[in-house]
Amino acid sequence: MIWENVTLAASSLKTNKTRALLTMLGIIIGIASVIAIVSIGNALESSVSTDLAALGTANITIAVQEREKENAIGRLRPPTGVIITGKTPTSSDLITETMISDFKARFADVIQGISISYSGGSATARDMELYANVSILGINKDYATANTITLLSGRIISQQDIDGFANVAVVSDKLVENMFPLGTDTVGKTIKIYKPNSIDIYTIIGVYEYAQDGPFASTASDRDMQTVMYIPVSTAKKDVLEKNFTSFTVVANADEDITQLTDSFQSYFDGVYAGNRDWKASASNLTLILDTVTSTLNTITLAVAVIAAISLIVGGIGVMNIMLVSVTERTREIGIRKALGAKTFHIQLQFLIEAVIVTVIGGIIGIMLGLALGVLASLILGVAASASIPMIFLSFIFSMAIGLFFGLYPASKAAKLDPIEALRYE
Amino acid sequence: MLQLREIVKRYFIGEPNELEVLRKISLIINEGEFIAIVGQSGSGKSTLMNIIGALDRPTEGLYILDGTPIAEMTDNELSEIRNEKVGFVFQTFNLVAKINALSNVELPMFYKGIPKRERRERAKYLLSLVGMQDRMTHMPNELSGGQKQRVAIARALANEPSIILADEPTGNLDTETGNMVMDLFMKIHREEKRTIVLITHNDELAKKTQRIVTLRDGRIVGDESNIAAFERGSTV
Repeated sequence: MIWENVTLAASSLKTNKTRALLTMLGIIIGIASVIAIVSIGNALESSVSTDLAALGTANITIAVQEREKENAIGRLRPPTGVIITGKTPTSSDLITETMISDFKARFADVIQGISISYSGGSATARDMELYANVSILGINKDYATANTITLLSGRIISQQDIDGFANVAVVSDKLVENMFPLGTDTVGKTIKIYKPNSIDIYTIIGVYEYAQDGPFASTASDRDMQTVMYIPVSTAKKDVLEKNFTSFTVVANADEDITQLTDSFQSYFDGVYAGNRDWKASASNLTLILDTVTSTLNTITLAVAVIAAISLIVGGIGVMNIMLVSVTERTREIGIRKALGAKTFHIQLQFLIEAVIVTVIGGIIGIMLGLALGVLASLILGVAASASIPMIFLSFIFSMAIGLFFGLYPASKAAKLDPIEALRYE
Repeated sequence: MLQLREIVKRYFIGEPNELEVLRKISLIINEGEFIAIVGQSGSGKSTLMNIIGALDRPTEGLYILDGTPIAEMTDNELSEIRNEKVGFVFQTFNLVAKINALSNVELPMFYKGIPKRERRERAKYLLSLVGMQDRMTHMPNELSGGQKQRVAIARALANEPSIILADEPTGNLDTETGNMVMDLFMKIHREEKRTIVLITHNDELAKKTQRIVTLRDGRIVGDESNIAAFERGSTV
């Protein structure tokens, strides 16, 4: 019964292909935009997740932070080692080398390494008319575990370099391009670094690949861009009186539950800082940021998709309009069918199925078009295309529902026609 | 078998320009009869046809078709009566344009819920009965008027109805084709033993039936047997 109605509806649509296609157009555009938007949203989300993961979602940062006052309400905890305070912690409030080694001993079985970095400020490497801007970052040997550094040649900072306060540096390939335009082997060469009140000479021990979309990406031209120059943390702190740290990063073992671990670290440092009335050390991880970014992106995607879905309603009204025209055109046919014994529901079903076929075919075309658009947009945005299977399924159901909803009125109108009047209709 | 008792049909009921189209029509049509209802336009024969064909309900009176009283039925119940007990043949053929001859003949059986294969089988049989076996898959617009009417007659026979109701079946055909269609009705009456009600304003056509009922101003003004002429005609 249903199937015969489907073939019947299909044949009646075939007699007026152009009209059927134009009617479908609204649905096609609506479904295609919803699918495309959701695909792009998904692609962006996974791209952001990947970027954030590159920053290290397995990392937990321990940072010194001012204690909230008793009456402070809803104070936000900064996600990483940022200190929001009017006060500056004194040396005794900071994290000491001993604290770190005690902590390392306590959690030896769950942590891969502890990354410590210290910013040595901006400087310029110069050699006659050649120059390159750098930002100096003192790192320990675990820094490379917590952060992605792609070495092109040479090696990374070793414990020996740190112990010996060595003047060694790992520089970017961009710096090499600027400072050694002849392209000779740079490992082992020395560079002069000009700081506001000193000039130091560093020996290059390694060259890493500058990541355009990495955490330290610069927006300046290749000539003037500032790239990071890694040096031993001890060397960076050599001229600084303060030997303690405001923060450090823990790299957990891959199979550890980061959220749970963050809590354990927090309670450990709560114990360490129990005696300090103004300062505490707080543990945080990037999953929190990841969650926030993901949910924000989801909300935006949903909002835009809803706007696109409105065009589906417009498409549905188009379907209803054409179905009403079709009912009028086929008044006589309806009269004949009723005279031959068609009941109300037979006529209703016939027109409903016709409307549903239009919207479902439109929906299928729309889904394919939307996926294609999603892939295209992903290519342009440079992110991996990502189709949402539930969304495709939902779109299919939705296009069917539109057919049912907007077909109902024309179908009822057809079914209510008086057979005598309908047979007389010219 | 078909009984009309004091049927009244009024339009615009209660309004000043109320129109009484049928005025206490009483008529009994027996099983197997070939009867003509004649009358000028405006005599009420179309309205009578609609009531006999269960397309419309009488305002007053009793109508019993094949033992079923049809007065207070719902639209869907009337559809069922039409589907099972009435076979229509119209002046303008009224074939569904988008489907072929075979599917047109299948339509009443489709609405009755007969399985596809059985439907197809019977539709083929009926089309060969009316001499259309070579054009079963033709679309209506590929058929001549006479051929369309033959398909319509096959369709009217589909559910073995109690009556076949033919409303000016030759009205849109030339004399020769019209005679062919009339001969087909005769054949169906003779071989299939169907009750046929022919509604026409054409006296010549009416004279080919067994009984002629004349309608004027909503009343039956004549009801005469034509059996002698009919017998003569059918033996020729």
